[in-house]
Amino acid sequence: MTKISDLFTSSRRRFIGGASATVALASSGLAIPTIAKAAKPVKIGLIHPATGWAAYPAAQLRYGALMAIADINKAGGIKSMGGAPLEALLGDSQTKPEIGAAEVEKMNEAGVHALQGCYQSAVGLAASAAAAKYNIPFSIDVGVSDKLVQRGLSNVFRMADGYGRIARDAATNLGEINKMAGSPAKSVIIVHEESEFGTGTAKLMTEALKPHNLEVIDTIKHSNPTRNFDNIALRIKSAKPDIVMPINYPGEYVLLAKTLRQQRVDFMASYSVLGGGFNFKFVDDLPQIAENMIDVNHWYNPASASGQAMRKRTEADGKYFTFEVYCAYMSIMLLADGFERAGTTDSDAVNAALATSEIDVDFMPYDKTKMVNGQNTGSRAVAIQAQKGDVQIIAPSKYASSKAVFPRG
Amino acid sequence: MTVIGKLKLPKAANGKSAGRKSMIFLLIAAVVTLVAPTFITNKFYLDVLTLIFFTAYIGQSWNILGGYAGQFSFGGVMFFGTGAYTSTILLTTFGIPPIIGIFAAVAAGAILGLIVGYMSFRAGLRGSYFALITLAFAELLRVLANSVEFTGGGVGLFLTYAPSLKNLQFDTPTGFYYFSLILLAISIAVAIWLERSRFGAQLAAIRENEDAAEALGIDTLRCKIYAIMIMGAMGGAAGTFYAQKYLYLDPPIAYSIALSVEMLLVTIVGGMGTVFGPLVGAFVLHMVNEITRNFIDTPGLSMIVYGVILIFIISYLPNGLMGLFRKRQDVLGGSLETTKNELESKDA
Amino acid sequence: MLTAAVLNGLMYGAIYALVALGLTLIYGVLHIINFAHGAMLMLALYSAFFLFKLFNIDPYAAILIVTPASFILGYVMYRWGIGKLSKGRDQNILLITLGLSIILENAALFFFTGDQQTVNLSYGYDALDLGFVFLSYPKIISFFASLLICALLWALMSLTDLGKAIRAVAKERQGARLVGIDVEHIFAVTFGIGIACLGAAGCMLLPIFYVDPYTGNIFVVIAFTIVVLGGMGSIIGALLGGFVIGITESVGGLFLGESLGQIGISLIFIIILIFKPTGLFGSKV
Repeated sequence: MTKISDLFTSSRRRFIGGASATVALASSGLAIPTIAKAAKPVKIGLIHPATGWAAYPAAQLRYGALMAIADINKAGGIKSMGGAPLEALLGDSQTKPEIGAAEVEKMNEAGVHALQGCYQSAVGLAASAAAAKYNIPFSIDVGVSDKLVQRGLSNVFRMADGYGRIARDAATNLGEINKMAGSPAKSVIIVHEESEFGTGTAKLMTEALKPHNLEVIDTIKHSNPTRNFDNIALRIKSAKPDIVMPINYPGEYVLLAKTLRQQRVDFMASYSVLGGGFNFKFVDDLPQIAENMIDVNHWYNPASASGQAMRKRTEADGKYFTFEVYCAYMSIMLLADGFERAGTTDSDAVNAALATSEIDVDFMPYDKTKMVNGQNTGSRAVAIQAQKGDVQIIAPSKYASSKAVFPRG
Repeated sequence: MTVIGKLKLPKAANGKSAGRKSMIFLLIAAVVTLVAPTFITNKFYLDVLTLIFFTAYIGQSWNILGGYAGQFSFGGVMFFGTGAYTSTILLTTFGIPPIIGIFAAVAAGAILGLIVGYMSFRAGLRGSYFALITLAFAELLRVLANSVEFTGGGVGLFLTYAPSLKNLQFDTPTGFYYFSLILLAISIAVAIWLERSRFGAQLAAIRENEDAAEALGIDTLRCKIYAIMIMGAMGGAAGTFYAQKYLYLDPPIAYSIALSVEMLLVTIVGGMGTVFGPLVGAFVLHMVNEITRNFIDTPGLSMIVYGVILIFIISYLPNGLMGLFRKRQDVLGGSLETTKNELESKDA
Repeated sequence: MLTAAVLNGLMYGAIYALVALGLTLIYGVLHIINFAHGAMLMLALYSAFFLFKLFNIDPYAAILIVTPASFILGYVMYRWGIGKLSKGRDQNILLITLGLSIILENAALFFFTGDQQTVNLSYGYDALDLGFVFLSYPKIISFFASLLICALLWALMSLTDLGKAIRAVAKERQGARLVGIDVEHIFAVTFGIGIACLGAAGCMLLPIFYVDPYTGNIFVVIAFTIVVLGGMGSIIGALLGGFVIGITESVGGLFLGESLGQIGISLIFIIILIFKPTGLFGSKV
């Protein structure tokens, strides 16, 4: 049971904040004189929706980024630049593209050398475009729209997958899981939220599933937010699909799952793609609902020692180990590597270095980094399943930590 | 002018000296803002000013209907969104450049104002009822925009980055600064015109007591519809500005309730029914937001301070910030406002 | 499926009605639009959540705690806050309640983080099997609890002296003052009752929804529609309006999809305002 003190822990840490607050305070307009360092810091601006409906993912993204920055600094900073430390500038996009873009201007004036953000693709698009004017390297930590890397901008990079690749991976994984069980599933119903994230991904999934003999018999769009899913549940129930595929944000994800259970809707599996609400917290809070639900998402490699260590650290800090944490972490790693190999903060050099990055991210189930037009093609999304209170990778088999329970039984 | 019963219709411009003072202030302000970019090399400050001008502009549109005509609206964003979609669809589907599209956006806003105004005012809606029906219209449009193909539905519309004057896109903040400044100047001109014109006096009469105004022979329906059409026209252009600056549009952005609220917020805080109220309000609120965020990093904490300051301002300056600058009679509040409140509470 | 949709709409409508009830009272008697209504609903949801998380109190039992607490909060808030600061001007009350909602939402963000919280009741997924639809127990309980509260409120308004005083103030402010009614006190009481309704609504909503700093706003536009539909200040109106809107949303979702189905609400809103602004049971504009 949670104690009141537990509930306050994370926020107290944020408020007192240790390194992060003093660093941020110093980088704000207050110009507190800092002790002369051996080398000038490399400034990285973080732009996230710290206030507004996406405040929680934003907090997780900041946390992961700041953890990476602290680790890199502890290990000696950017050695090719005389051990220059990384310094974070914190920005709040307030979920609005115009504010995100304004933050870019602000950070540019503050002499930022790289930027990271923004969780929402709309904000990421506006912010990275603003950054492009000054050629500031921009690392997308979370933002699935493929438009982000299709504009021909040489300053935008993304370590994790966009929905194009994720859809393809999701279909492949489902095909594999289905085949291993003797191909019992044939029909799919997609339930998606109405904006670009849900609609775009749903379209891609419909196409991607075809070669795997899985037919999307219905696509149900719902608004953001949706107050109740009873009708949708009934609609699904009468259509009797083998697979239900939710593509939506956390609140609706959980609500839909609960409603499907309440209405006793039967299906072989709930197989979500970029399921916003599928994470350790979901499995903790609603174990009976979560049991055997499958999601395809950014996920860490539980077989890696560094991944396990990062998870332990995060949970010791009173936080859930959600994908935002490691996506932000590896995005900082990308930037740091870019500075390291460029040996300078000159944007052309850094962008060129980022474009040829080959970092190996041990805690992710990725191949070696290979940037194609700013998109890392060594990335992949994996299929994860809640099994007996924990989350296991069930596909692709190379990274699987457990066999899939499919049909869910 | 005349005194009728308890009501004193305001003079168009209250005395020569006040008028001249305003013009001098205006002239100085105009010069300062025009040359500002040469002195302000900090692009962030330019961007902040641009956003402030934009907010002041769209606040002024609300002011025309809400401050001058006394009809509060909660759905002002509908003109913004419709204008944005109009010019963007014309661009993406028909290749019509935004420099022409913006006029279509203005027209679309005005037409929407005509439709909503006619339906609502004809039905005799006033006060909170009118405010709420505008909200309903805005929500209606948002839901529709989500479901219709030509608006891109929930996916939205993407614009390509192609800076040029005909695209109303600029590769430096300076370009958008002047764009928003021009819009702001137009809105201030409209407000000044309103204060000096017969039409403005009619709106003021409607604001103070609509029934009395009708009895005086003013065609209140027509005047209110004109007012909402002006608001709509202005809102439409704002939509095009936004679309060209941020290059992406979807229903939650185009029809966001937050923008409807912001319009009325900056105007009421700055001073309703004044020429510079929305600008002052936009400036002060934006500065408060920026400064609190600068000093307080923790998400939420800075906004709490912002909320407290907001309540503070409105409690101690009930006529808005412009109340600090103007004498009581000049501010369209003061004694007239109390009279209105008393009358209103009587038939409440 | 239509019957199922109607039934589901009815169940939800009862809860919407409760949220609207608070709004219609505040609006009908004080003539103010409370921008902080959503934020206060959010507070009620969080209260119920923490009572459950920390003390294992069932949300429905929590109604007995949260409702009176909400009343006190609402009374104090109006008497020594909103009432004093706004000096009676409409637009000032608007902004003050707006400022209040900003403070509350961000305080919730600061203290509770932005993460969504749900409760897992042991009987949360047990349902009444009607053959064509399952009616979950939480929904059924909420439905009847809502009806009960509406009935209690109606009794309060019609049968008690307090209720008479409130109705007097709503109808004729100056007149009520003249006969010796402490109008400020009545305003505060009404505001308190309105917030108390939110308190109850929050407890009932938590088992079938979730809470984060911004959840309250999800129900506010619907609440306004119901208030207008039912008629300002009318309790019966709020209840029936809630049902109508609940069913409209449900059936609309069935036929037009959950995305476009939302349009039914806006359409009803507009149609009522144009053709019968006083609503089904309202007295006058």
